[in-house]
Amino acid sequence: MSGKLDLPAAEIERCRALARTVAEGVRAETEQYTTVSTERTVLRLLGVDGVDADEVPIPNRVVDALQKAGRLSRGAAVWIGSAMAIGAADPSDAARRLIEAGGSVPEHPRWREAIAPHVERGLTRILANRAERERRVAAHPAEELPLLYAIVATGNIHEDVIQATAAARAGAQCIAVIRSTAQSLLDHVPYGATTSGFGGTYATQENFRLMRAALDALEPEIGRYVRLVNYCSGLCMPEIAAMGAFERLDMMLNDALYGIIFRDINPLRTLIDQNFSRRINAVAGVVINTGEDNYLTTADAVEQAPAVLASQFINERLAKDAGLETWQIGLGHAFEIDPELEDGLLFEIAQAEAAREIFPDAPLKYMPPTKHMTGNVFRGYQQNALFVLTSVATRQSIHLLGMLTEALHTPFLHDRWLAIEQAKTIRTNARHLADEIAFRPDGRIVRRAREVLSGAGQILERVAERGLFGALADGVFADTRRPRDRGRGFEGVVRRDADYANPFMEAWSATPAGART
Amino acid sequence: MERDARRGAHVTSPRTVRPYGDKKNDGAVQLSFTLPVAKSAAAVEAAKRYVSKMGVREPYVTLAEAIAPEFTYFVVYGRATHDVDLSAIAVEETPSATLDREAIDAEIARRFGRRLIVLGCALESDAHTVGLDAIFNMKGFAGDYGLERYHGFDARNLGAQVPTAEVARQVRVAGADAVLVSATVTQNEIHIRHMTDLVDMLEAERLRDRVVLVAGGARVDHALAKELGYDAGFGPGTKPSRVAAFLLEEISRRHGVGALA
Repeated sequence: MSGKLDLPAAEIERCRALARTVAEGVRAETEQYTTVSTERTVLRLLGVDGVDADEVPIPNRVVDALQKAGRLSRGAAVWIGSAMAIGAADPSDAARRLIEAGGSVPEHPRWREAIAPHVERGLTRILANRAERERRVAAHPAEELPLLYAIVATGNIHEDVIQATAAARAGAQCIAVIRSTAQSLLDHVPYGATTSGFGGTYATQENFRLMRAALDALEPEIGRYVRLVNYCSGLCMPEIAAMGAFERLDMMLNDALYGIIFRDINPLRTLIDQNFSRRINAVAGVVINTGEDNYLTTADAVEQAPAVLASQFINERLAKDAGLETWQIGLGHAFEIDPELEDGLLFEIAQAEAAREIFPDAPLKYMPPTKHMTGNVFRGYQQNALFVLTSVATRQSIHLLGMLTEALHTPFLHDRWLAIEQAKTIRTNARHLADEIAFRPDGRIVRRAREVLSGAGQILERVAERGLFGALADGVFADTRRPRDRGRGFEGVVRRDADYANPFMEAWSATPAGART
Repeated sequence: MERDARRGAHVTSPRTVRPYGDKKNDGAVQLSFTLPVAKSAAAVEAAKRYVSKMGVREPYVTLAEAIAPEFTYFVVYGRATHDVDLSAIAVEETPSATLDREAIDAEIARRFGRRLIVLGCALESDAHTVGLDAIFNMKGFAGDYGLERYHGFDARNLGAQVPTAEVARQVRVAGADAVLVSATVTQNEIHIRHMTDLVDMLEAERLRDRVVLVAGGARVDHALAKELGYDAGFGPGTKPSRVAAFLLEEISRRHGVGALA
């Protein structure tokens, strides 16, 4: 027993053991497959990029051709390597030849040799970006926590740059560019700079590059490194991880459960994709953010608290198994309890403090009120103040700024500024509050935290017993049933041949940083 | 006023109102906005002049903050000079019978002898289900149970990002009595386009007359919904029982079955 809440260590240990069983089951069920998106990612990592005259990305063209020819089950790298061994100048030229040949080129015994320098180049580019980030961060004083995380979502990358640089100057430490609403369901990644998204801006490699350059350019002026965030979820999860690794994104929303439950993406497809995307994020030094906050926005935040914690245990294990280290695992949760509820703030504090004590070294991502934001902007500003105070008092790591105009419109320039000002003021004004707080051992907050932990244990038992796929089919999470063989993208799941090859996965699995700890 | 006079009706005397701060007709308003100019004395003067052009006298700039190099945020108080005549306003109020869940269930059983089939969805690119869930989910919203809890409704939540063609297909297959459309993403007025597309689609498929069509969302109100060809619109904060009561009355009207005794 330890911490301010004196949570039972044995129960936390039991939850971790159950999560390990769950993750083991996921591995056993997914490792015999690959997916179209995983193979497209291999192509991107090899340097294949661009679109054809119909705006279809080249990686999609190649993978479609390989799938039609029945050759995807060996892994795309085998065929790129083979095309190079018989004369293609580089992976892009090999891709062109594969498309022309309808996916059928003879396998060359020395495909690995042909491709090796390009695998090396991809790996080096990612590691160089990681080193560059570390160098930049180290050049400035330690950052104040929680990191203030602002969202831009104009739909136009050039307008996003204006909003993002304004937010960064005002004090935002992380800038997330929200994606266009339908993007998670696209089975390809759009190309180039984009100016017309809905509810957000398309995640494209060029858009990543433009925003990265704009934030880097601010660094000398503001004396801070600004973290860039995007969304590596949906049907193109690992491709976006690869693009982010190439353009030095720092954080990625990365959660298969979210896509399964809230976007009806096929569970098998997205859990396979998640594993590869997390491998990439691990090597790139990216901090992932998981999406447990969503359980709270769609259902009752008091009832769902144990489900959030259960999901955090599972996400932690799946992340570690994919090579992510603890400092990279930004488990999500949210401040979503009805502000009219008696002692609701005490429950929020209990849940946030419990997350902090159960995952002491994880960069917890704390999400703002959205569900009970009403259009009364003054009340909304007050709710956000309580949210910031709770965040500071419970030492959260990444604080997504709440907008007083949540539920009204995508934030105006001054909405974001007001949020940053509020958070900065409270963060300074309550700087050492967390050090001063002790909770009554028999009080409401301690009792609530224990109740949530015990509830999470019960959910994890059910999930461990049924397996994650069984539990998803049974509707254990968010009362939504998601069978293993239904949902979007299932047709993109391909059983691997016994001699399947993915040179990147092989390179990263050989050095499983942080895995099995 | 003039129109009333011409009609020769008994003219209602104008009843003008103006914002109220602490005394009648003081016209007190607060405004907040950003001008895309660097903060300076000239920027503050520009804000005052802008507000004056809006018909606000004695503009008092209480905050002028440089929120970005080329942007200044203002909070301005002042006295509005404009007024409006309440007697000239004719607005259709959103229908709101006030029946509770038990009464609605009982009336559906009495009038129809079957469950009414209600579909709910967010259209096309709109991936948000918060509003939809508030109305549909068993749990409901603000202590008011959702449609799934009603015995009288066969409530089917189709979720978000449903193509309009799919909604039309479901209406036909299910023989739906009503469709509730939730519009959350309103950027670039995209919700208007999707909402209109659905009406067009239902009309093209000769289904429009068979269903009661209801819209809801943060930027939706009854007038807008009517204008777009819907039967009703409900704004933010609407409780499920209010929608349920409307559905009962409107579906009854369509079928010519007895109103409340």
